[in-house]
Amino acid sequence: MLEVIWTTLRLAGLTTVLLLLVATPLAWWLARRRTWWKEIVAAIATLPIVLPPSVLGFYLLVALAPKSGLMAPLHVFGVRTLAFTFTGLVIGSMVYSLPFAVQPIRGAFEAMGRRPLEVAATLRASPWDSFWSVAVPQARRGFLAAAILVFAHTIGEFGVVLMIGGSIPGRTEVISTRIYQAVEGLRYGEANLLSLGLVGFAFVVLLALMLLDRRGGGAAR
Amino acid sequence: MSVSATFKGRVGSFPIDVSFTLPARGLTALSGRSGAGKSTVLRCIAGLTRLAGRLVVDGETWQDGRVFLAPHRRAVGFVFQDASLLAHLSVRDNLMFGARRAGPGPFVADEVIALLGLAPLLMRATANLSGGERQRVAIGRALLSQPRLLLMDEPMSSLDGDSKAEILPYLEALPGRVGVPILYVSHDAGEIARLATHVISLEAGRVSGVRDVAPGGPEGALAGLSEDARDRLALAALAAGLRPSDG
Repeated sequence: MLEVIWTTLRLAGLTTVLLLLVATPLAWWLARRRTWWKEIVAAIATLPIVLPPSVLGFYLLVALAPKSGLMAPLHVFGVRTLAFTFTGLVIGSMVYSLPFAVQPIRGAFEAMGRRPLEVAATLRASPWDSFWSVAVPQARRGFLAAAILVFAHTIGEFGVVLMIGGSIPGRTEVISTRIYQAVEGLRYGEANLLSLGLVGFAFVVLLALMLLDRRGGGAAR
Repeated sequence: MSVSATFKGRVGSFPIDVSFTLPARGLTALSGRSGAGKSTVLRCIAGLTRLAGRLVVDGETWQDGRVFLAPHRRAVGFVFQDASLLAHLSVRDNLMFGARRAGPGPFVADEVIALLGLAPLLMRATANLSGGERQRVAIGRALLSQPRLLLMDEPMSSLDGDSKAEILPYLEALPGRVGVPILYVSHDAGEIARLATHVISLEAGRVSGVRDVAPGGPEGALAGLSEDARDRLALAALAAGLRPSDG
């Protein structure tokens, strides 16, 4: 049981860190660009919210399979497939939670507006400098919300991890898939224990988000 | 040692076509009604808005047909209408933001802090400052970025009467204490009369007039003259076709 909890936390932690790195430039671009077609990109990045996890899992499985064109360049490094691997699970989780990272960060960048960056520019800060010294600190609440959401969402995912991970004990088995298998095997006690843990975890996460929101509303003006 | 600027183009549907020079010292008011293009001209000088044109400051070309210096490469101090202090930083860190990046220069932190009476504010959060205090911090912050040109975009327009009265003495002292030209956007004739030594009027995106005025307004300039001399001067001015300024 500890092993499955560790795999789950490792997956959620790694997904959160990597996804923030990917989502930040995307959110920045979406918040700052004034072209209409950026919304096409935004819609694509939001698709994982509305698609059934099985659809996402299916296409990710195809993309990570040995015959996939995306895998071909990795063959020279001795990597045939990422399906049913922990790495594949991380990639799948990142795609699945992408909108939960992009939306809060984009929102925070948009709420900040252009003025603080103009101020920084007139105070000799280069665009790169002002991104780190002004934009990121001013959008910190968005980053925190994104990190909490992605971490929680990854812990709660089931369809995608089952499709592309296959729930291999010690490698790709996570709490949600273990619960499913415990129920299948009529081990209700174990299923109940893990489920209760997730309910408690979800409650703490939501409470944290709401407190964060309240503080944000009070301190922003 | 001066500033010469020419800008021509459109911002939205609004045409701008201006050309002017600034004296090397003193406060030049850029006056005109709202919508005359005053703020746009200021933004063009700072490089925040890009129009075709030419801008030379102290012999250094900031913009012409080939060159366009990014805003952070232009030694301007910009004081925005609403102060625009960086909300995630304290007063001290706002003041030092530009100072750290610009390096040492003629403006020294202790002197600027004294000039603007900022010492009691240093450790405060920006959220708890009054309008006048915010604007003083914004001016100090701009000066500490070692500008060769100070741009002020209606710094008093968002202030209430008390805050205006509080900040006015600081603004009046500014031109005499800083050795760089100040370009001050305002549509308030009273403000201009009190602060400016030089006035550029804008109308519908064009320069409609340029004039020199004595600092402190007509009273200041004529204070040394006798009643009789003042009357004769006024008559001569009327005869020459001048009208009393609306200040």
